[in-house]
Amino acid sequence: MLRQVEGSRAVAETVARCRPDVVAAYPISPQTHIVEALSDLVAEGRAGRCRFLMVESEFGAMSACIGASAAGGRAYTATASQGLLFMAEALPNASGLRLPIVMTVANRALGAPINIWNDHSDAMSQRDAGWIQLFAASNQEAVDLHVQAFAVAESLHVPVMVNMDGFVLTHAVEAIDVPDQEQVDALLPPFRPLHVLDPEHPVTIGAMVGPEAFTEVKYLEARRQLRALDVVGEVAGRFHDVTGRRSGGLTSSYRLEDADVVLVGLGSLLGTAADVVDELRDQGMAVGLLGVTCLRPWPFDEVRDTLARASRVVVLNRAVSVGAGTVLGGDVRLTLAGTPVVVHDVVSGLGGRPVTRDLLRRLLTDAAEGRLSDHELVFADLDESLAARALESELDHEEVGR
Amino acid sequence: MTELKLYQVGTFAAGNRLLDPSQRTEQSHAGRANSITSGHRACRGCGEALGARVVLDAAMRASGGRMVTVNATGCLEVFSTPYPESAWRVPWLHSLFGNAAAVASGVAASLQAQGRDDIRVVAQAGDGGTVDIGIGCLSGMFERNDDVLFVCYDNQGYMNTGVQRSGATPAAASTATTRPVGSRVGNAFGTGKSLPVIAMAHELPFVATATVADLHDLERKVVTAMGMHGARYLHVLVPCPLGWGTSSADTVRVARLAVESGFFPVFEAHDGEVTDVGRIRRQVPVADYLRLQARFAHLFGEPGHPDVVARLQRQADRSIAHFGLLEGEPS
Repeated sequence: MLRQVEGSRAVAETVARCRPDVVAAYPISPQTHIVEALSDLVAEGRAGRCRFLMVESEFGAMSACIGASAAGGRAYTATASQGLLFMAEALPNASGLRLPIVMTVANRALGAPINIWNDHSDAMSQRDAGWIQLFAASNQEAVDLHVQAFAVAESLHVPVMVNMDGFVLTHAVEAIDVPDQEQVDALLPPFRPLHVLDPEHPVTIGAMVGPEAFTEVKYLEARRQLRALDVVGEVAGRFHDVTGRRSGGLTSSYRLEDADVVLVGLGSLLGTAADVVDELRDQGMAVGLLGVTCLRPWPFDEVRDTLARASRVVVLNRAVSVGAGTVLGGDVRLTLAGTPVVVHDVVSGLGGRPVTRDLLRRLLTDAAEGRLSDHELVFADLDESLAARALESELDHEEVGR
Repeated sequence: MTELKLYQVGTFAAGNRLLDPSQRTEQSHAGRANSITSGHRACRGCGEALGARVVLDAAMRASGGRMVTVNATGCLEVFSTPYPESAWRVPWLHSLFGNAAAVASGVAASLQAQGRDDIRVVAQAGDGGTVDIGIGCLSGMFERNDDVLFVCYDNQGYMNTGVQRSGATPAAASTATTRPVGSRVGNAFGTGKSLPVIAMAHELPFVATATVADLHDLERKVVTAMGMHGARYLHVLVPCPLGWGTSSADTVRVARLAVESGFFPVFEAHDGEVTDVGRIRRQVPVADYLRLQARFAHLFGEPGHPDVVARLQRQADRSIAHFGLLEGEPS
């Protein structure tokens, strides 16, 4: 049933219906509304048997989830930005121990300079932590992805990070359909752990592994991640069967038929981008949109099959891999290696700067007309005169330093 | 039954045969759990291996075998679980160095949610994983009063990484990062912290210290702690032959001298108040304790540092006075 509700509240209600055993969290903007709502839901007895742990740090939050999961419980946390980095040591630990924890990341920039607003620097920094990384394009998808995340995680015993844009989604009030308890139960059977702390069957979890077997452990982990390429789609299919709603999956396509220029992006900017695609199509431009829902594992085949028919691809990132373009741009370039497709690697929307229709229209038009660099990283919404003045002054200071 | 006092004089644990079977240690029972069993790779004379065996077997007895454990990174983790071997016969989880307390909190919460909270949770760490890198998570577990017994095996340094200084290293001790070179005479005075006192400031239901020199006392404290709920803390002094430069046959003797010199106060506290202390029958000079250890060798010989030894003696005297440790004196 559609009702007006804040994205964070809707996610919290959805998580509660996923019947978690333990929610452990530490407050950080813009994640706070999610855990505040979960704290209330637990206290009101509307989250089943769930225990809510307000811990002393994000490192503690992920650690408590590790313990909760290893003890056979369904565990959830939410964080953002610096908080994600503060739990960074525990992320590959959770994936290495094969604990299917689900975590919301309310995406936010990384400091310094400190900035509480939305971009994807936090999620990109943890790309190699062994977690499945899903990105929601809307609050409806954010809600849906949380149910799917538990199903995917517990099917593979791999943790899943659900990314939703901070403020843009977390604090937006809009019409959202929160899956009801019967739907969630149909998609999510009781958690069956791979291994569990149990006095009846004592096991050692987290042993030290040396050079003689470490490579094999990591190989199996890599293989398992790739299996998620199938499982993510299967779960999205089951979700559609139960709710009648299409969401999730590896990627989303919009007007890609015969598209000559394709915009690739992830997160909430996809809605704006779809509007711009409509606009430009009306003007006769053959443009389309590919949304990446699953960043890790990277849907290599699906992206390649989709983009190989285009002549130009504009990859829009809300994060920079300083000194080497962007994560998403690099992935797309590798995926299209050996094809004649031209790839433009573009940064915009850092630290909460809005990604506007004007900007997207200009990017797609410039790309179509050959005015966009295809070898240098493009900072599309840069205040160039401000940057030039600052750069000049920086260079002056370096001269003085010598 | 009359109360028996056992005064050990040699290195080896003794006395069980003099006792009524009901008063004997868990270790003297054939039916003990052997929580950490033989074949692990601890050094000869390892105090931590001895401490862990005694603590966990007593906890297993007290919980009727309904117990799971969480272990911080460190010697105990490394020497017990080189894949594909494991010395653990209890459910055992290792995650990271600094998070054992938070992992244990998560385990306890999860068991409660699942209605399996008859199963007790014991977390273990060395002094680094407790007083330094683990203190944030540990303090959180304490203040939330999570239902976990946290045991610190204190060997006063980072022994697993090659004997570096920790926040539990005593003054004047030589470690790989406090070598007596230049004007430095080992670890600086006025540094370090007492985690048991910090734990007491959280007003925990139970805080206690113990050593591997008095296994009856150690077991009794484990049993007391396991009979209670909420956050409980047990700090066990475990000499390290490698890091302390002691003979591997002297582990128990050195631990006993740490107590009898007043260097390591043994006490028990409930709700933040000391309720019992381990009395010293005959105070020994700290020099008798220090001389057995190569980490203090620079204090002795020619020219040595008699002033530093005197300062350590004053430290021990203050500790004895503070806790009222001498027998026959009011505590």
